[in-house]
Amino acid sequence: MEKIGKVASENGVVIFSKSTCCLCYAVQILFRDLGVQPLVHEIDHDPEGKDIEKALMRMGCSGPVPAVYIGGKLVGSTNEVMSLHLSGSLVQLLRPYQQTNLSSHD
Amino acid sequence: MNSTTTQFVPSRRMGLYEPVHQMSMWGDFRNTLLDSSPPPELMLEVNANLDNQSEDTTSQGTFAASHRNDQEASKPDDKVLRRLAQNREAARKSRLRKKAYVQQLENSKLRLIQLEQELNRVRQQQGLCVGGGIDTSQLAYTGNSNPGISAFELEYGHWVEEQNRQISDLKNALHSDMGDTELQIFVDGGMQHYFELFSMKVMAARADVFYIMSGMWKTSAERFFLWIGGFRPSELVKVKIKTCQVLSPHLDALSEQQRLDIVNLTQSCQQAEDALSQGMEKLQFILAQAIADGLLQEGNYLPQIGAAMNKLDDLVRFVVQADHLRQETLQQLSRILTTRQAARGLLALGEYLQRLRALSSCWSSRPREQA
Repeated sequence: MEKIGKVASENGVVIFSKSTCCLCYAVQILFRDLGVQPLVHEIDHDPEGKDIEKALMRMGCSGPVPAVYIGGKLVGSTNEVMSLHLSGSLVQLLRPYQQTNLSSHD
Repeated sequence: MNSTTTQFVPSRRMGLYEPVHQMSMWGDFRNTLLDSSPPPELMLEVNANLDNQSEDTTSQGTFAASHRNDQEASKPDDKVLRRLAQNREAARKSRLRKKAYVQQLENSKLRLIQLEQELNRVRQQQGLCVGGGIDTSQLAYTGNSNPGISAFELEYGHWVEEQNRQISDLKNALHSDMGDTELQIFVDGGMQHYFELFSMKVMAARADVFYIMSGMWKTSAERFFLWIGGFRPSELVKVKIKTCQVLSPHLDALSEQQRLDIVNLTQSCQQAEDALSQGMEKLQFILAQAIADGLLQEGNYLPQIGAAMNKLDDLVRFVVQADHLRQETLQQLSRILTTRQAARGLLALGEYLQRLRALSSCWSSRPREQA
């Protein structure tokens, strides 16, 4: 779907979310902890929200939110984000988009 | 008469000194025994022993008496004899109380074993599972009203039994000179067993998320550590690597790289936990708001309940996510550790959980305070 692609490519880190979704909020918190300010696109406030939702589900996001895009590419939902983070890969993916310089050992 | 001064009574039979002040230690116990006097046969036996002893002490008494002749002029024998008699009496009572105390401990232990056996028997006969602890009487009630939960409880009972088997197998495997390839089979089996539990919990969460959130299938001590329906992943890491935190050149010590990897894993775990915790707080807030919407107004509260019900779907997602985090943590850890380290870690985790369950049993069967 074009809108998704457009939003994803224009912004480094995008989280497709719903304002009522607390799991989406949790993912936002995680990203902020890692020094990233993601663009949170709330599809329930988007007139094309239903289409976006269908498109996301077709792409495999069972939520359908949160759906995380990094560098224009779909990373996945909460499961994928958590797995990547535990393996240490998430931080590497986010490095170009980190806005604050965090030390790796707090 | 019970003397509470500290006096030592020589016990010729054992060559030991029995401090009479032990009475105060068993003070609580004394009260429970006031009604139950020791059986007559016991009295006879004890008296016989004391009679033998009194002959020895009397001779010592006279010796002490003659020693005091310089200081006391009149009736030193009577005073000393009386004191010695009091000592004997006190010592005798002390020995009886000690005997009864030990007896009650033995009885409690037997009762505990009987209860556990009965529980296992009932579980097998009726297919009723009440989880790993004795104090889970309320489980039967919730289980019967929800088939998904009844099924879960039954499966969980089997899971714990299998877990206990795996723990002893793992222990034997580690003590044998088994090679790594064979040991890895045990490690994989152990990990798979935990993953099965996570799948079971996900299905149960869909049947009744509050049941999972309250940790109803766990024993009381396990519930103390509850975080979104289970243990914190970072806690799991800590327990598992405890056995590896020994200084080199121990065989199973962590290498520098492993140490670093584990520090990073623990930090990632904690960040993920923190994010989920904050998400949960927001969910609680939203749920509370939905319930509280329009209090004291006209009309019924069905709309609010309806709105709240929708929010509970989110709660299921959190529980699923928490278990996913636990699974990922265990998998990541097994990638970092060697086969032997992973085996020891799994064993450590299994024993840790066994001890928590034992703590729950002990706690619920402790002797209650007398009113």
